[in-house]
Amino acid sequence: MRVADWFEERLQLKKLLGPSMTHPVPRSSASWWYVFGSATLIIFMLQIVTGICLALVYVPSTADVYASLEYLNYQQPLGWFLRAVHFWGSNFMVAMMSLHMIQVFLFGAYKYPRELTWVVGIFLLLCTLGMAFTGQVLRWDQDAYWGLGIGVAMIGRMPVIGAQLVHLVIGGPIIGAETLSRFFALHVFVVPGLLFGLLGLHLLMVLKLGINEWPMPGRLVARDTYRERYEEEVKRDGVPFFPVAAQKDIVFGGLVILAILLCAAIFGPYGPNGPADPTLIRTVPRPDFYFLSLFALFALLPPYTETFLILVGPVVAIAFLIALPFLAGTGEKSFTRRPVAAVSVVVIVLILGVLSYLGAKSPWSPVMDAWSGAPIPVEYVKGRAPLQLQGATVFQNKQCRNCHSLGGQGGQRGPALDGIASRMTHDLLIRQVLQGGGNMPAYGKNLSPFEVTALVAFLDTLRSPHDAAARSPIPPPRAAR
Amino acid sequence: MCDQGVGGLVPPPAPVSRRSVLFKLGLGLNALAAILLGVPLVGYVASAIRRRGQQAWVSLGLVSSFPERQTRLASYTNPFTVPWDAKVADIPCWVRRLQGERFQVFAINCTHLGCPIRWFQESGLFMCPCHGGVFYEDGRHASGPPPRPLYQYEHRIRDGRLEVRGGQIPTLSEPV
Repeated sequence: MRVADWFEERLQLKKLLGPSMTHPVPRSSASWWYVFGSATLIIFMLQIVTGICLALVYVPSTADVYASLEYLNYQQPLGWFLRAVHFWGSNFMVAMMSLHMIQVFLFGAYKYPRELTWVVGIFLLLCTLGMAFTGQVLRWDQDAYWGLGIGVAMIGRMPVIGAQLVHLVIGGPIIGAETLSRFFALHVFVVPGLLFGLLGLHLLMVLKLGINEWPMPGRLVARDTYRERYEEEVKRDGVPFFPVAAQKDIVFGGLVILAILLCAAIFGPYGPNGPADPTLIRTVPRPDFYFLSLFALFALLPPYTETFLILVGPVVAIAFLIALPFLAGTGEKSFTRRPVAAVSVVVIVLILGVLSYLGAKSPWSPVMDAWSGAPIPVEYVKGRAPLQLQGATVFQNKQCRNCHSLGGQGGQRGPALDGIASRMTHDLLIRQVLQGGGNMPAYGKNLSPFEVTALVAFLDTLRSPHDAAARSPIPPPRAAR
Repeated sequence: MCDQGVGGLVPPPAPVSRRSVLFKLGLGLNALAAILLGVPLVGYVASAIRRRGQQAWVSLGLVSSFPERQTRLASYTNPFTVPWDAKVADIPCWVRRLQGERFQVFAINCTHLGCPIRWFQESGLFMCPCHGGVFYEDGRHASGPPPRPLYQYEHRIRDGRLEVRGGQIPTLSEPV
């Protein structure tokens, strides 16, 4: 105790921090709904500690980076665990930040006088996503290399300054050693520095403006009365932030860290998945989960809208988020009285969820090895005539399976062909094979007439015995007579 | 809160003229320093931009190593490599030899979002593993989201070797 007093006499920490720690907050805000922000902060601390530890071993040089990651995984004592904690920490940080943002939005906490807190929060969101992307690049595996390629292709769509921007981002005309160094500097110095600064502002405003009270339906926010009423509520029914409100943060934060450690211990580190050697082209690049929704969007958008949406979409979305507290800075806070707000949260979460799921599945991508790896199921060749069997061989050899499935196996880019003969007539099939169309390449040049005859003879057999063969709506000339 | 305590330490106002001169001098010195530091800083970081259009002829190998009427994967070493580039300096590309000395050399990057396209000999198609872009053997767009045909390198034949002008990642605003 005397030691503590000795230090206190010199540092005067109690005098400095005491009022901030114990400042009164609305009793209603000492709730389990208010723990996500502090949890994000705690994970950020975890990321800093584990990140510094990883930097002790990691080598940001393209010649050695892969070896240093493998060394971390297999030779450095507990290196695998720290890599795993850092990876799972990043996933949890994005997730917690999203929950925090949803809670703040639903509880109307961005309204007067906390507009700037929200705006700073938007930049914190961007920085955190920036950390996620740059961190993924530092893994410097095939996903990282081609993920960068995707980023470059997106930036390269910018008119006028596209090329210069590409060079600025990757540190030269092509992805190489300087690219990795650049992203290392961004991930380790630049973005964390920004995060620290913004975080300081964010927390300062939480202290100065107070924690948002639990929104009561019908209690409207007005610029001239809000602060007075808030002060009054805190004075009448406030509790000290520490320990009353903070104890839930502490409990939840501890649980989150434990969950990260558990995930890290069970699932281990992620990657690196194959060295970033561009000549190894037998790769199927996929981003980490936070960018899967974006990845899916690029497959599903109509191509002619893409360049516009890639360049304008993010700007509009961010501008809208920043403008939100200025568009709706007063009035109702409770989400029970803000149906549009509540529904948009549900819709946005659903859209992002579905897009992420689709991104993980990628049904639009050809299955590159289906033609050699997924044989035609036996029931589709049983009892077929020789010509039809020849057709089945053509079907397999010409890589039709990469995009068309049979018996649930194969690509899903084109329609499954299990019952195609009940949907398309013989003539239509020939036309489709030769000329393509509807997102299918034309095979006219790559198939001999015999191959086409055999292939279509096989396709003609692809229908359930319970379904009639497709018929042309136009009667043949003889019947017309 | 602590202002009163510090207030006593503030020196009495000095003669206005000398203080303002010193202050302006300080401002000027620091502005000069900021410019002298800022220009090299920006120049250093932005030097990546000025390295634009740096391309050089690089060899893909002997012409005879590419059979006629076939498409083969080849690779060149990035002409602007640094000593620690290692594997990333090897840039792959697809070489299609039509007949004799007629070639087409396609960049590996899909024109949609830059993923590595793969050649399928049997169906005569390039397919992209990311968003399902497909191209014909001559680089024309066949299906999927790509906005243009495959990027093609400029090429020439020197001393029996096929050479391309390489060293830059192709994008829509700067196709090779």
